[in-house]
Amino acid sequence: MSPGAGRDRDGSASAPAIEALDVSRTYQLDGVSVPALRGVSLTIAAGDYVALIGPSGSGKSTLMHLLGGLDQPTGGRLVVGGRAVGDLSAPELARLRNETIGFVFQAFHLLPRTSAVDNVALPLVYRGVGARQRRERAAAMLARVGLGHRLDHRPNQLSGGEQQRVAIARALVTDPAVLLADEPTGNLDSTTGAAVLELLERLNVESGVALVMVTHDAEVAARARRRITLRDGVVVADTGLADTGSGGIGSGGIGSGGIGSGGIGSGEAGVGS
Amino acid sequence: MRLAEAWRVAADALRANRMRSLLTMLGVIIGVASVVLLVAIGTGTKQTVEQQVEGLGSNLLLVVPGRLDVGSAPAVSPLTLQDVDAVSRVVGDPSRVAVTVASGATVRAGARQDFTTVQGVLETTPTVFARELGRGRYLTRSDVDTGRRVAVLGDSVARVLFPDREAVGQQVNVAGVRFRVIGVFTPLGQSLGVDRDDEVHIPVTAAQRLYGTQRVDAIAVKAPDRERIDDLGQRIVAELQGRHPGTEFSAVTQEQILGVLGDILGILTGVLAAIAGISLLVGGVGVSNIMLVSVRERTREIGLRKAVGARPRDIGVQFLLEAVLLTSIGGLTGMALGVGGALLVAALSPIPAAVTWWSLALAFGVSAAVGIVFGVLPAQRAGRLDPVVALRAE
Repeated sequence: MSPGAGRDRDGSASAPAIEALDVSRTYQLDGVSVPALRGVSLTIAAGDYVALIGPSGSGKSTLMHLLGGLDQPTGGRLVVGGRAVGDLSAPELARLRNETIGFVFQAFHLLPRTSAVDNVALPLVYRGVGARQRRERAAAMLARVGLGHRLDHRPNQLSGGEQQRVAIARALVTDPAVLLADEPTGNLDSTTGAAVLELLERLNVESGVALVMVTHDAEVAARARRRITLRDGVVVADTGLADTGSGGIGSGGIGSGGIGSGGIGSGEAGVGS
Repeated sequence: MRLAEAWRVAADALRANRMRSLLTMLGVIIGVASVVLLVAIGTGTKQTVEQQVEGLGSNLLLVVPGRLDVGSAPAVSPLTLQDVDAVSRVVGDPSRVAVTVASGATVRAGARQDFTTVQGVLETTPTVFARELGRGRYLTRSDVDTGRRVAVLGDSVARVLFPDREAVGQQVNVAGVRFRVIGVFTPLGQSLGVDRDDEVHIPVTAAQRLYGTQRVDAIAVKAPDRERIDDLGQRIVAELQGRHPGTEFSAVTQEQILGVLGDILGILTGVLAAIAGISLLVGGVGVSNIMLVSVRERTREIGLRKAVGARPRDIGVQFLLEAVLLTSIGGLTGMALGVGGALLVAALSPIPAAVTWWSLALAFGVSAAVGIVFGVLPAQRAGRLDPVVALRAE
């Protein structure tokens, strides 16, 4: 019934959700080349749970934008959902974002004066789904994030935590392979933030979407199965990766990756709530 | 994104900024309304003038010195009553020939007075110009031959000079000379703000004596039929040029007068439409301006829409439709106001106004086109926004 839950990710677990090989991104500012990413290589398996950490200016936002198909690398090879991001035209990138990626932002980015259900249905609009089916799917998704009773509320009638839940529902309504969350708890108090985090973790387990989360918060990062640390545009640490070091092949790596960290415990808490 | 969806989004955006949408539309509304109204006035004026020229009577030839053309100065007439006789011989029927020698003059009756056009004419005028007499009688051949001081008043003149008694039989004083009123015309009414009943007819001979001239201004001939009108005109011109070597004469028909007037009024209408068009253009610039503001204001929304899968085209179409919707609604409102204004002008003022379909179609087409032309730039700008930058916008 609910989208994503019915999708069997295990079958495609051998194909990584994201594969980056020596990816770089250099900005041109007034004729000066400013490198933001300098050769990042990483593989994120389907259904993985990764925290992207690093000080500001480390390039994690840039990497996030590249992974989400909002931007294109200036060097290296980046494959998201089976498509090489660097080779795509603007409309193809839009399609990639629509079909493969779900975004959750720190500032929620909900359309004002637009009901929760219409906000959630927005990605389906650009997929050409009919109005009736859109509402059905959006309503089902809102129910999954615990807002089945707030369908027609507008963002300004919802609390911060509720708004972020709407944003999460919007990110997952298209049943994407990758959920990119940029400081998803940054604008929330700790209790609300924890609940949102638990929701993300539960959905990660339930729908098998790969969850990639940018965060400053060490506590938040500690809950992830895997932590990738960036500094000055390069990956300086990649912990909890377990034996996926033997290439992106290790499909069993997801499970074993959870053993080393407190990922299992928090994962259970998420499911339980 | 489906087009129906894009329309809905555009309409929602306009509703969200109701006041601003309305003010933006106002420019287009004023532009379209003025195009419709001014073209209606131009067209109405043209129709009225045409009706009047046709109402002079059929198969009319107007013989004047010089050339009848747009921009040519009126010539001083060398025509005399002997020329009129010559023209009558060419026509073969003196009752088909009329003349006029006209001047403005003050007409007095007791303490009342009226400044009006005093025309010296032949007794043939009612026949040639299809004028009807309300009371009394018109001039006779003998009135003209003897230069008798008798006058036929236009209805307005009669009302001004004799508001409470019958004009026929009274004395009037025309430029210091006493005339006896023998008749009053049936009213013609007003047209284009001009009172057509504000005139006095006296025998041409009496008028020439009054003005101290031997000349007549123009000769009018009612041709027996339409087929021979051009031929007759040429023979009259030939006769007159024989009598006045070196002077040019024209015999113009109603069609030719209509053609010349039509040209003038056509130019007038065109100029009015162009002026109104400029205001429509200004309205379009306003639309463009507001759309740019709207794009800037909604940069984050654009970024978000792009993040969830909107293509550059989807965003462009959304903003373009918004602009088109803005100008189309403005255009329709302007059309309604223009038509209403034209009806009001026609009903409440002497200016005639006739709404034409082409002006409505033109105004609406132009306003929609303005929406597209002036919406394209902001729409392109919106479509090309970098989603990363857009999402970061405040």
